[in-house]
Amino acid sequence: MKLKKILPQLLTLLFIVIVFGFFTMNAQENMGTRGLEFGFSFLKTQASFDIQFSLIDYDGSHTYARAYLVGLLNTLLVAFIGIILATLLGAIVGVARLSPNYLIRKTASFYIEFFRNIPLLLQIFFWYFAALRALPMLEDAPMLLNSSFMTIKGLYTPAPIWTNFDVFFTTIIIAMIIIFFFARYAKKKQEQKGKRLPVLIISLAIFIGLPLLTFLIGGVDLSWSFPVIRQMSQSSYTFDGGLKIPPELIALTLALTLYTATFIAENVRAGIQGIGKGQKEAAASIGLTPGQVLKLVVMPQALRIIIPPTTNQYLNLTKNSSLAAAIAYPDLVLVFAGTAMMQTGKAIEIVGITMATYLTISLSISLLMNWYNKRIAIQEK
Amino acid sequence: MTKINLLKPDNNNLPLFLTLGMVFFTFGILDFYLNNFLNTNITSFLPRIINFFIPLIFAVIGLHFIRIEFSGIKILDNINKNINTSNFNAVLSVSIILLIIFGLPPLLNWLIFDATIVGDTKEACTGGGACWVYIKVWFNRFMYGMYPNAEQWRVNVTFIAVLVFMAAGFFVPTRLKNYLSLYYTFLLPIISFALIYYIISGGSFGLVWVETGAWGGLSLTFMVSFFSLIFCFPLGMMLALGRRSNLPIIKYSSLSFIEFWRGVPLITVLFMSAVMFPMFLPEGTYIDKLIRVVVAITLFEAAYTAEVIRGGLQALPRGQYDAAKSLGMGYWRMHVFVILPQALKLVIPGIANTFLALIKDTPLIFVVGLLELVGMLNLAKTNPKWLGFSMEGYVFAGIIFWIICYSMSKYSQKLELKYKTDR
Repeated sequence: MKLKKILPQLLTLLFIVIVFGFFTMNAQENMGTRGLEFGFSFLKTQASFDIQFSLIDYDGSHTYARAYLVGLLNTLLVAFIGIILATLLGAIVGVARLSPNYLIRKTASFYIEFFRNIPLLLQIFFWYFAALRALPMLEDAPMLLNSSFMTIKGLYTPAPIWTNFDVFFTTIIIAMIIIFFFARYAKKKQEQKGKRLPVLIISLAIFIGLPLLTFLIGGVDLSWSFPVIRQMSQSSYTFDGGLKIPPELIALTLALTLYTATFIAENVRAGIQGIGKGQKEAAASIGLTPGQVLKLVVMPQALRIIIPPTTNQYLNLTKNSSLAAAIAYPDLVLVFAGTAMMQTGKAIEIVGITMATYLTISLSISLLMNWYNKRIAIQEK
Repeated sequence: MTKINLLKPDNNNLPLFLTLGMVFFTFGILDFYLNNFLNTNITSFLPRIINFFIPLIFAVIGLHFIRIEFSGIKILDNINKNINTSNFNAVLSVSIILLIIFGLPPLLNWLIFDATIVGDTKEACTGGGACWVYIKVWFNRFMYGMYPNAEQWRVNVTFIAVLVFMAAGFFVPTRLKNYLSLYYTFLLPIISFALIYYIISGGSFGLVWVETGAWGGLSLTFMVSFFSLIFCFPLGMMLALGRRSNLPIIKYSSLSFIEFWRGVPLITVLFMSAVMFPMFLPEGTYIDKLIRVVVAITLFEAAYTAEVIRGGLQALPRGQYDAAKSLGMGYWRMHVFVILPQALKLVIPGIANTFLALIKDTPLIFVVGLLELVGMLNLAKTNPKWLGFSMEGYVFAGIIFWIICYSMSKYSQKLELKYKTDR
């Protein structure tokens, strides 16, 4: 009996040890013959390559560690924008799938069936190489909303110029903390006295009012720098001022959003359909208004169904953003596993770091999710 | 005669409201049509922003007039019930109708009516629409990659042979049915590999050797997804069982294996197989790029399959395990005859989704230099003789992938219904 339990485990262990040992030995030997050394000291040396698009200060004189950070931030930027847009679109389409209106329902399901059945890479290529390449040249671009230009070289929008941004930012955080305590206070009061405070309106007032106040007394100021076209030579133009959003970022965000939103929409639909009719009727019969039914009865239960698979989609979106490498958007994979590896030849270290980074992001989000799931799970006796 | 309330259409003045509604609706649509396709604007005297919304406003007013309950006209009732329940719904319906009117004709023109199909060169494409000549000329490349033209029959023969071997499972006599899963998991991969090795790769039986670097196009997409699909299923099943095992070492090694592959993007896995993996092999051994890619994708997708199957295992009630054990079944007999048949039935949709994801992931193999359909498109796009046809190429590939994935997902829905058992 005991042997039956120990033997398979021993064999598994042996297998793992042999495989890993075999790989490590070979790796050592191979690196020895090629004169490579295992180590991470290359991170401190000068990178000497440029990155097209960077959120932080970077040029060729910075280190590889800094280049890694640039790539990571670019990845997180795409993931962040993509997640927000995909959630919005997914929620709308998911609700539209359940609309009583035939046209809306069919349009929503057409959208879902269309975009989820085409490989994401193909969609990225389509937007980048076919759709965005059809945009006008810089000098021919029409002005949108009196401020922006959509051109073949990317989107040029006004850039905000802040003075005393730190004051503004601190105030927003303070406002959030105040709202948190206010919500707790309101909930306590409702439990004691049965009276509801208008939490949403007051929170919104605090959230908008406090930061606005800093403009009056905190010395915070905001002005805009508009993009202005300038002729450099006979046929080349450029924009001065403003903010340039590169076409790679636009194509990538567009494709990721449209693709992931189809999956989120299906989750939202399943979540709403998963709530029994009896729940809504019971809630209505104890005198809740339709708004309260949605807020207090349907949504909390639907979210319990919607959130776990949707988090998975967020993770997928983050991992899929690595397809950026295909259209030369400087994300983690392109900058680090691409350019940096070509230059240093440190294949094992760099692929290892890249994988570890994605692994950290994924595992920390799934840990957070497990914690959240435990918190919202129905406590059954 | 009673007073007519225009804001509340009712049954008494049905003909009046119906005519009024039709007139308004038709005017709205007509105005939109004139604006967009004939460049005449009959309401240009209005301010620009109102002018822009005129079609929408008129059509919605029209729909408002015909919103009459129990009119007795079947078509009208149907319209009202389905697209015209409230003013808000009317606005949405009209927007969608206008969008279709706006988008569909140009799309159809580009795809079909203005498209060029006849001809062999770029110069034949004079119409304003798509240039399908491009697809026609490059068709062999898109299907077979750089595989020599004269040898392409070998790919076709192999594919047909593999399909025959796959279909053979449906025609076996009943008493052999028990060995079917054995056939599909062990025998079929070996047969297919042998066929591909001897016929497509060649080198013996008087066939010319064609290196894997020349393989490509849609046939490569099929090959990579076929093998990954066949291998990742049994592996995923073992991992799922391992993860639910009571033996700690097996449990945690399966768990970390699954979490590792699920945590990293496929593109880094492919990078690993391309640049890192050769370092882990003894000096001088060389494993073909295609095989490395298939192994990488298999390991990656097996982790996802494992999680899906685990969901099915968890969904089974405890009683099934207890009942099997009380009959004196051991671990393997219990799983093979009681647990897995039920669990796998439950996870058909999940498995199908994983397989679809696998097929949609195959274009990624471009990072290691293998050019399947999408990769070939990108290559063809840069050919100096055929510049400027990327749109046609992507639309073509999109249609092909869409047909494959959509039919697969429909088939899985059918399977799901077929194997649905009440409990």
